Amino acid sequence: MSAAETLVPFDDVLAAYDPALGLEVHVELNTNTKMFCGCPTAFGAEPNTQVCPTCLGLPGAMPAVNRVAVESAIRIGLALNCEIAEWCRFARKNYFYPDMPKNFQTSQYDEPIAFEGWMDVDVDGETYRVEIERAHMEEDTGKSLHVGGSTGRIHGADYSLVDYNRAGIPLIEIVTKPITGMGEKAPAVARAYVQQLRDLIVALGVSEARMDQGNLRADVNLSLAPKGSTTLGTRTETKNVNSFRSVERAVRFEMQRHAGILGSGGSILQETRHWHEDTGVTTSGREKSDADDYRYFPEPDLVPVAPSREWVEQLRGTLPENPTQKRARLQADWGFTDLEMRDTVGAGAFGLVEATVAAGCAPQAARKWWLGEMARRANDSGADIADLGVTPLDVARVQALVDEGSLNDKLARQVFDGLLAGEGTPDEIVAARGLAIVSDEGALNAAVDEAIAANPDVADKIRDGKHAAAGALIGAVMKQMRGQADAARVRELVLEKLA
Amino acid sequence: MARALAAGETTSVELTQAALDAIAAVDGAVHAYLHVDAEGALAQAAASDARRAAGTPASALDGVPVAVKDVLATTGLPTTCGSKILEGWLPPYDATVVARLKAAGLPILGKTNMDEFAMGSSTEHSAYGPTHNPWDLERIPGGSGGGSAAAVASFTAPLALGTDTGGSIRQPGAVTGTVGVKPTYGGVSRYGLVAMANSLDQVGPVTRTVLDAALLHEIIGGHDPLDSTSVDQPLPPLVEAARQGAAGDLSGLKVGVITELSGEGYQAGVLARFHESVELLVQAGAEVVEVSCPNFVHALATYYLVMPCEASSNLAKFDAMRYGLRVLPEGVESPSAEEVMRATRDAGFGDEVKRRIILGTYALSSGYYDAYYGTAQRVRTLISQDFAAAFEKVDVLVSPTSPTTAFKLGEKLDDPLAMYLNDLATIPANLAGVPGISVPSGLAEEDGLPTGFQVLAPALADDRLYRVGAALEAALEAQWGGPLLDKAPTLEGAAR
Repeated sequence: MSAAETLVPFDDVLAAYDPALGLEVHVELNTNTKMFCGCPTAFGAEPNTQVCPTCLGLPGAMPAVNRVAVESAIRIGLALNCEIAEWCRFARKNYFYPDMPKNFQTSQYDEPIAFEGWMDVDVDGETYRVEIERAHMEEDTGKSLHVGGSTGRIHGADYSLVDYNRAGIPLIEIVTKPITGMGEKAPAVARAYVQQLRDLIVALGVSEARMDQGNLRADVNLSLAPKGSTTLGTRTETKNVNSFRSVERAVRFEMQRHAGILGSGGSILQETRHWHEDTGVTTSGREKSDADDYRYFPEPDLVPVAPSREWVEQLRGTLPENPTQKRARLQADWGFTDLEMRDTVGAGAFGLVEATVAAGCAPQAARKWWLGEMARRANDSGADIADLGVTPLDVARVQALVDEGSLNDKLARQVFDGLLAGEGTPDEIVAARGLAIVSDEGALNAAVDEAIAANPDVADKIRDGKHAAAGALIGAVMKQMRGQADAARVRELVLEKLA
Repeated sequence: MARALAAGETTSVELTQAALDAIAAVDGAVHAYLHVDAEGALAQAAASDARRAAGTPASALDGVPVAVKDVLATTGLPTTCGSKILEGWLPPYDATVVARLKAAGLPILGKTNMDEFAMGSSTEHSAYGPTHNPWDLERIPGGSGGGSAAAVASFTAPLALGTDTGGSIRQPGAVTGTVGVKPTYGGVSRYGLVAMANSLDQVGPVTRTVLDAALLHEIIGGHDPLDSTSVDQPLPPLVEAARQGAAGDLSGLKVGVITELSGEGYQAGVLARFHESVELLVQAGAEVVEVSCPNFVHALATYYLVMPCEASSNLAKFDAMRYGLRVLPEGVESPSAEEVMRATRDAGFGDEVKRRIILGTYALSSGYYDAYYGTAQRVRTLISQDFAAAFEKVDVLVSPTSPTTAFKLGEKLDDPLAMYLNDLATIPANLAGVPGISVPSGLAEEDGLPTGFQVLAPALADDRLYRVGAALEAALEAQWGGPLLDKAPTLEGAAR
């Protein structure tokens, strides 16, 4: 960060400027095959094993549109309240890049499949309507791996490898119109928008929508305008922000950085910026100037896409329940207070709680695990709550074991440790770690007797009716049994024996 | 040949060996081929003979050898597009048309020379040296498919495939005395054709007779799911139309002579042969009228905007990253990817290719897009409307295929605009996607070189080309006492 990039305290930013946001979210679709060829799209395959002449861009190979991808694009468009084009085309976006097989990306330009929509975003009980400019179809590029060198970047690397497995995987890019009038809520609106968009994508079933795997990637555009000004300031575009939390932090950082530059009489450079998760700052990418000319023109190898109105209406019929209505319905079903609901959504746990309840868990228990235990662990590791490696099914199973008396909360937390360490299913972890509560009455009796014998003073107090002192004996028993005892039963035994 | 094979008078191995012998004898002088695959062709021929012996030939042309323009992907055979940048590249897949030739049992003799990436009208822009016209080795064989036309005209291949973006099948056909067909856009799959200008390119047959062209067209044509622009409906009956035409009756047919393509700028001998051919159509019972297509005068300018725009984008993939040539820049310690791309493209592309890349890049760049590409697309629509209006009045349109006979090698190399004029008459069909055929129409008296007669039909009505083409061919051959190619000089022993 240069001296000109002094950060201004957030409140001071708000006193002088109005922020405007623009979000571009790329969603990698979960189709079985690529956008323009029949290659599989499985994640994590050996490099360059899921390729063919078309996605490698070999001379003479031609694209053909994946109908399922078009269907997903239309469903996303409809769910975002967009118009669906009666006729649209693909275009070539021409630029040179080593991991792009054809040196042009087949995308959509002035004729997107979906346009003019909106999504209502809830932040702290207030609703912001985010207007959607467009949602268009395109193909992903390959991935470069720079070997040698310390940074993993191309600079200083000995050589580079390119994996084209990802090249040609269908993407939908969803672009908002400039979002204004948020003031201090700008970072939260950005986060909530991406989060709600992800919920929607998951509900539609069109993508895994995992930010850590790059299924969902957000570019954050931000600009500041002097308070009361009606024109937008110069924006910067922070690319590939890869978690909800980072979206929020990146917006906040850019607001503070812009204000620093503007406040010292500087002007904002229109450029792309990189987000650094570890340090929480953005750094300059490449300058976006007039030289950035993609020379778009209609892709001559593909016939236009003209979805029939019957097809569009049929797809409208497959949309999941509106997320806002669904939230209201489930809040009532679950008996959550407004605050509990807001916290659940805010933590990105709404879908997780829903799935956990669907797997048979009581709503409050599901909420307790996700918002207490999991949110804490996510916070510690800087990961998203959904990406910890614990699934709703796991949580439901752990709670079932608690309900049947096989685990207590303390043991349950150890099961979660095991789940995070990838040790298997909850039942496997209980068996492998020997975590189940001991229900052998003989062993319990022996342990209680031993504790009484070892603590005669405490035992006397209890005999005198001071039942509050029982905790010390219970603690001793639990310690001896490595926590694997039912605390309530131990208490019963202690009181029985000292009655 | 197919008839001789069917009658058991010859074998595919004999035919293929004869073609290979002819290549050995004359191709040193003609240079129609970039790669010859004797071993592969003979193996395919032997398999064909076995099929025929078993009574199960794969198609009407099973066993007849064919040469393929080097712009079509072939497994096991290099595909260079006449460019250094692809020297030695072996595609891992076959173009759909090549796969169809193989499935139909046609032995593939080799790959024919062409202007680099199909850019040119003379085959002088091949990075591997020019092809010579078998009628006069000092002259050009047309372009960009000069290799395919010269192979057929020099009797080293009975059949060949070409590609036609602005006339690259028909114009070489005209100047070498062969038959060349540009099918309806989408009528033949482009999958595996290394694109020059995707919205204009079309694969088609180059042959000695109209009937041969129809037979070959039926083999390569028809829907291909790998090419989304391919027409999803059956081909019209082309062979039947050719046979019907050869019977010589064109009564009921209305023929339009395109005013804009039969006057000024055309060589006198070319026009004379053209008018004689029109007269023969009248004698066969056709009704002939003059038809004006006023926007055709803009076709050349339109083509030279649309084509380079698409080409500049298509050629971006040749960047030294994945296949083909890689050149490291001189005097650079550890070059960046961009520097390697730049050095490779500089060394790997010829002047004509670079010219068109720069033209296309400029015309597509922001601020110029509307003025150039946008305008060109609007004119393209007008040209299509000219065709539509003309085809309301007539069944087919006719013109000379090329304004002149073959010019001398090197004559127009330094004058790209003069070179471009050669495609004047053929380009409108590509812009509108309609089919066209060039049939030999005799020798121009002033230079004794072949001229071509072009027939154009509405999209999907390719059968009309074969009907009219075969009728004209029959009438002309009756006058000449045999095919025009019989008058070509013998090349045996010709010095290079």
